[in-house]
Amino acid sequence: MANVSAPVVRLEYRKVTMRFEMAGRGALTAIRDVSFSVYDGEVVSLIGPSGCGKSTLLNIGSGLTAPSEGLAFVDGERVEEANVQVAFMLQKDLLLPWRTIVENVMFGVEIQGVPLSERRRRAENLLSSFNLAEFSDHYPHQLSGGMRQRVALARTLAVDPHVLLLDEPFSAVDAQTRMVLQRDLARTLKQSGKTALLITHDLSEAVTLSDRVLVMSQRPGTIIDEITIDLPQRDDPIARRHQPKVNDYVALLMDRLDIGHANLEQQPAGGAA
Amino acid sequence: MSRVRSSAMRKGAFASVALLVAFLAAWQWGPDLLGIPTFIVPPLSMVVHEFVHAWQFDHLLFHTGVTVGEVLAGFVLGSLLGALIGYLLGMSPTAEFALSPYILALQIAPKVAFAPLFILWMGFTVYPKILVAILIVFFPVMVNVLTAVQGVDPDLINLARSFKATRAQIFWKIEFPTSMPPMFAGLRIGATLAVVGVVVGELVGGNQGLGYLLSFGEGQADTPMVFVSIVMLTLVGGIAYLGVIIAERHVLHYLPTRAARQTI
Repeated sequence: MANVSAPVVRLEYRKVTMRFEMAGRGALTAIRDVSFSVYDGEVVSLIGPSGCGKSTLLNIGSGLTAPSEGLAFVDGERVEEANVQVAFMLQKDLLLPWRTIVENVMFGVEIQGVPLSERRRRAENLLSSFNLAEFSDHYPHQLSGGMRQRVALARTLAVDPHVLLLDEPFSAVDAQTRMVLQRDLARTLKQSGKTALLITHDLSEAVTLSDRVLVMSQRPGTIIDEITIDLPQRDDPIARRHQPKVNDYVALLMDRLDIGHANLEQQPAGGAA
Repeated sequence: MSRVRSSAMRKGAFASVALLVAFLAAWQWGPDLLGIPTFIVPPLSMVVHEFVHAWQFDHLLFHTGVTVGEVLAGFVLGSLLGALIGYLLGMSPTAEFALSPYILALQIAPKVAFAPLFILWMGFTVYPKILVAILIVFFPVMVNVLTAVQGVDPDLINLARSFKATRAQIFWKIEFPTSMPPMFAGLRIGATLAVVGVVVGELVGGNQGLGYLLSFGEGQADTPMVFVSIVMLTLVGGIAYLGVIIAERHVLHYLPTRAARQTI
């Protein structure tokens, strides 16, 4: 057979197309013919203009939305509904205000029926690894935005997924907090060897956190380029940021996205990215 | 910060008490000073005397008890029904779409106008009064629950779905708790409206309850008795409202303190 050392594919999109029916205005093609794979332990970023369908890809990968055409696979199994190997995290922390921090971290494992003692153990381990142990019994409104986002990450990791789908997870926090959160994420991903697909608008975030960056076009979104980030220290984005080559990669991505010549008026206003 | 607030609260409480004393004094001596006859505005002492008299000879406690029972039954049943229908309609857009014109029509119809009809149907019993209260409590609770269920962040539902939550889990772990603050807002309105519904029912027909005492006093031109009934009804409504507030503080303890305390 083929190469025995071929890396394991954790997440794969195969010729995925997504159309949305617009009331009275025909169909809108959000993404067209998207194919790519993410390998075990790899962190891949997805960048592209607003409205190019990045979040739609994430919903398809997590089984929340079925593609119009094409298939998605997680661990070689076709994604047809939500599955326990995938967990996602959004820009919004989605913490439940009536639950304490530790109860919020346990939310996913609780739904999945993990026994109470085990889920409490997992939640407490995660909280202490994120330096949040002393806030276990606080309520979300008592925490800062950065801390809340860290709790959301802990909740995502608590279900022990193979694949993390991250949709602009740090775009709502201030710049300094973001760097700390990026470092926490990078460390955790490296230590646990988890696979991640990261959607971001922040080009230097894409470069400092990823092994590879995929560039998407304007709607209908499709993959127009793939750039391998050949830099050390993927587990420490703050250190990586000091490497001069980071700027070269960012410049390259800007060029690929045609940011210098982009006509902002042609871009759809906000909305679903 | 808290020091400033507690000082403001102390000043406020003092002003409240001073206002009450001033009001009671004006009630006692005002009518006489302004030459208002006692059958129009009886002074405070006369109303207090009437209260003692009614307690001893007119079964005031019994009538109050009847009204309290009707308010309680109407409030509990109306809230349960309102919450139940609110959740069902919130979860079924088809049902909500189909029923919304009729619900709106029933909401616009003045509920107290049904009182005579219910008395025709059920006679001079406690049931028509309870039924008016149920009808009147039903709407604020149902509308608030419905709006809350429809307003649940779809991303929260997706988060639960991504963890493979069942429909029942989504309801109990997300929709139900999300609906609690608006539901309590509806319950607070319902608690005071329940008294209105019951009193209208009692005024229309029957020989029990504070509403009956009210109309009996009116018939006898016994103004102090009318005043006593009004005071007792206000007390019943106030206690019902307070009960909801206490339950709300207990259930919504997780909300930031200020928001929870602002409510009164």
